[in-house]
Amino acid sequence: MTYNKVNIRGVRRYAFAATTALTMLLGVQAAAAQTVVKWMHVETVPAYIEKWEDIAKAYETKHPDVDIQLQFLENEAFKAKLPTLLQSDAAPDFFYSWGGGVLRQQAQTGALMDLTEAMNADNDAWAKTYKPAAVAGLTFDGKIHAVPYRMGTVSFFYNRDLFAKAGVKAEDIKTWNDFLGAVKTLKAAGITPIAGGGGDKWPLHFYWSYLVMRNGGQEVFEAAKNKQGEGFMDPTVIKAGEQLAELGKLEPFQNGYLGASWPQTLGTFGDGKAAMLLGFENTEPNQRKNAGDGKGLASDNIGRFAFPAVEGGAGKVTDTLGGLNGWGVTKGASPAAVDFLRFLTSQETERELAASGMIIPAAANAEEGLKDRLVRESADQLAATTWHQNFFDQDLGPSVGRVVNDVSVEILSGQMSSQEGAQAIQDATELE
Amino acid sequence: MSHMTASVGDPSSLDAAKKVRYKSPTARGRLPALIIFLPPALLLFTLFVILPMGEAAWYSLYRWNGYGTPTEFVGVRNFKVLFNNAAFSQALINNALIIVVSLLLQIPLAIWLAVMLGRKMAGVVAFRLVFFLPYVLADVAAGLIWRFVYDGDYGLFAAVAGFFGVATPYVLADRDLAIYAVLAVVIWKYFGFHMMLFIAGLQSLDKSIMEAAEIDGATGWQRFRYVTLPLLGSTVRLSVFFAIIGSLQLFDLIMPLTGGGPSNSTQTMVTFLYTYGVTRMQVGLGSAVGVVLFVICVTIAFGYKRVFMRHD
Repeated sequence: MTYNKVNIRGVRRYAFAATTALTMLLGVQAAAAQTVVKWMHVETVPAYIEKWEDIAKAYETKHPDVDIQLQFLENEAFKAKLPTLLQSDAAPDFFYSWGGGVLRQQAQTGALMDLTEAMNADNDAWAKTYKPAAVAGLTFDGKIHAVPYRMGTVSFFYNRDLFAKAGVKAEDIKTWNDFLGAVKTLKAAGITPIAGGGGDKWPLHFYWSYLVMRNGGQEVFEAAKNKQGEGFMDPTVIKAGEQLAELGKLEPFQNGYLGASWPQTLGTFGDGKAAMLLGFENTEPNQRKNAGDGKGLASDNIGRFAFPAVEGGAGKVTDTLGGLNGWGVTKGASPAAVDFLRFLTSQETERELAASGMIIPAAANAEEGLKDRLVRESADQLAATTWHQNFFDQDLGPSVGRVVNDVSVEILSGQMSSQEGAQAIQDATELE
Repeated sequence: MSHMTASVGDPSSLDAAKKVRYKSPTARGRLPALIIFLPPALLLFTLFVILPMGEAAWYSLYRWNGYGTPTEFVGVRNFKVLFNNAAFSQALINNALIIVVSLLLQIPLAIWLAVMLGRKMAGVVAFRLVFFLPYVLADVAAGLIWRFVYDGDYGLFAAVAGFFGVATPYVLADRDLAIYAVLAVVIWKYFGFHMMLFIAGLQSLDKSIMEAAEIDGATGWQRFRYVTLPLLGSTVRLSVFFAIIGSLQLFDLIMPLTGGGPSNSTQTMVTFLYTYGVTRMQVGLGSAVGVVLFVICVTIAFGYKRVFMRHD
C-alpha cells in the first residue's frame, strides 16, 4: 500500500461517512417536523377500523405535519395495562374511556388533561357540539376529563331461528319471570339458552346490574354508590342477587362459559350455538367478526328485546344500562392530538359514523343517518330513557367494579349466595 | 506449555524465574481491584433489588392507586385484608401444590429421561432437543397454545373427546380441574430444563465407578439407586432449588391460560398481585403481596442453602 493510495481511500471513506451522517440528520429533521398522535382503542371490527383510518387520513391530508397512529389492545388487556401505560413514556395521546369512577380516579391522579377550558372557550363552542347529557356524564367535580364519542345500551339479542325452533316468542318476554320461562323452554328444546362470558366476568355483571336497577331503581343504586343508607345490603339488592341465583340454577349458559372471553362468547352466539346474548348495541357486526366462519348470523336472523321488567320493582323497564364512551386525553398530549379529537367527534364525522351503523353518536343532531335496524332500536331506546346508568364496573371505580364482576359470576355459578355477594361489594365500597 | 523450550538447568531461565515476583493475595494487594469492581456490582444490586424491595415495603403501608406518591397511610391494614382474602389463601395453597407437584413429578421424570438420554447413542441429541424445546418457548406463548389445546369447542381436547365419543371436558372452565390442567402445562414446560441439568450432572460422573458397580454384579436399579443417585446429589439439590423458586414466581403461564381461573381456583401469589393489586389500582395491597412473597422466597432460599446445600 503506497502512502498515496491510503490517503485517497481515507478521503473516500471520510466523504462517505460525512454524507451518511448528513442524510441521517436531514432524515431526523424531517421526522421531527411530524407530530405523532397516538390513538389507543379497543375496536376489533375491521370495517370500523378502516373507517377510522379513513378519517385519520382525511385529517392528515389537511394537516401534513401530523402523523396519526392507531394502537390497539384487546378489552381486558387494555383495562389491565392502562394504569401502567398512563405513567410511562409510551402513554397514548388519547384512549378509549368508559367514564365512571375509573375515569374519575384516573383524573384524580393527574394523568389526564383537564379539558374544561378548551370545551368552554368561546361561549362553550366545543361543548355545545355534544348532547348535554354526554358532557355531563364525563364531568367530575366540575371538570371535563374526556371528549364524548358515543352512547350505547345493553339489551338482549336473540337468534330468530332458534327461538322459532323452540317455540319462544320474543314479544312475549315482558317480565323477568317470562324470561326465566323462555330459558326453560329453550333448554327443554335442547338449545343453549344464553351465551355468557364468564371468563372476562364483566359480560355477566350486566345481569346483576340490570336486576339491581329493575328492583331497586335509581335511588337505591345512587345511595349505595355514595355509601349512604344500607348501601349494597339494601333488601332490593339482595333480592336482585337472589333472582340472579335463580337464573344460574337453571344452567342457561354454554358449556365452559366460566372460561369464555367476550370474543369467544360473541363467537358462540354467532355460530348459532346459543339463543340469546346480553350485549352492546353493536352486537351484530361483532358477532360476525368473532364467529367461526367469519360470517356469523345473518342480519335479519337477529332480533332484539330490552331487558325485561321485574314485577313490583322500583325500577322502570325504560331504565337503560349502558355506556357513555369518550376519549380520555393524557396530560402530555399535543395540541394536534386535541384538535384531531375534536375533528373525530365533530357533528359531521359522527353523522357519517352513525349512518354506517357504527355508533350511536354523542354529538348533538348527528343521528338522522342512523339506519341500521338493530342499532336504531337501541338508539331509540336510549332517546326515551328514564335513567341511563353507566356500567357498574366502570361507574363504581376500578376496585369495587371488579368485585362486582367477581360477585356476579360467583352468584351465577352458585358459589356465593346473594347475601354474601352483597356483603363483599359493601365491604369493598367501605374500603374506598 | 510447548513454547518453553529452555531446559531446567539453563542459567537464563533461572534468572528469568528469579525476576518474576509472586505476589501473595493480601487484602492490601487486592484493594485497588476491590475499589474498582465492587461498587458497580453493589450499585446494580442496590438499585434493582434492595431499593425496590424497600420501596415495596413502604408502599405496603399505604392505600395507593399507583400514581404520584402515596399519601394515605393505613399501617398494616393491607396485610390484614390480604390474609382475610379467600383468593389469597387459595393462591398460597396453589403455590404449595405447584411446588409439591414439581418435586414429586417433574424431577423424577427429568432424572428418568436424563438417565436414558445421558449416554451416547444414535439420535440422542434429537431427543434431547425435543424434550428441551418446551422450555425455550416463551411462557405466554405456551399458555396461549395450551389454552387452545384445552378448548372445549375447537381444541385438541375436543377433537380427542369427539373421536372417542365422550362429552368434552371444559377443563379450564372447571373450578376443580383447572389447577390440574395448569399443573400439566407447568410440568410439560420445565421438565426439559431439569433433564438437561441432570444430563450435565451424569456426564460429569466418573465412569469407572459405574463400571466397578457393574462388575460387582449390581442390577440396573441398584446401580441407579446406590451409585448414580447419591453421586447426582448436588445436581438434584440444585434442581429442587430451581423448581421451588420458579414455582413461587409462576405468573406468565397462568395469565393466558386462565387469568387466575374460574373463581380464583388457579391464582398464584403473583397473579393475585396483578389482578387484585395492579389492575384494581390498589398498589398498596399489591406491594403487601410483594413483601409476603419476598419473605417466603428469602426464607426458602437461605434456609435451603444452609440446610441442604451446605456441602455443595
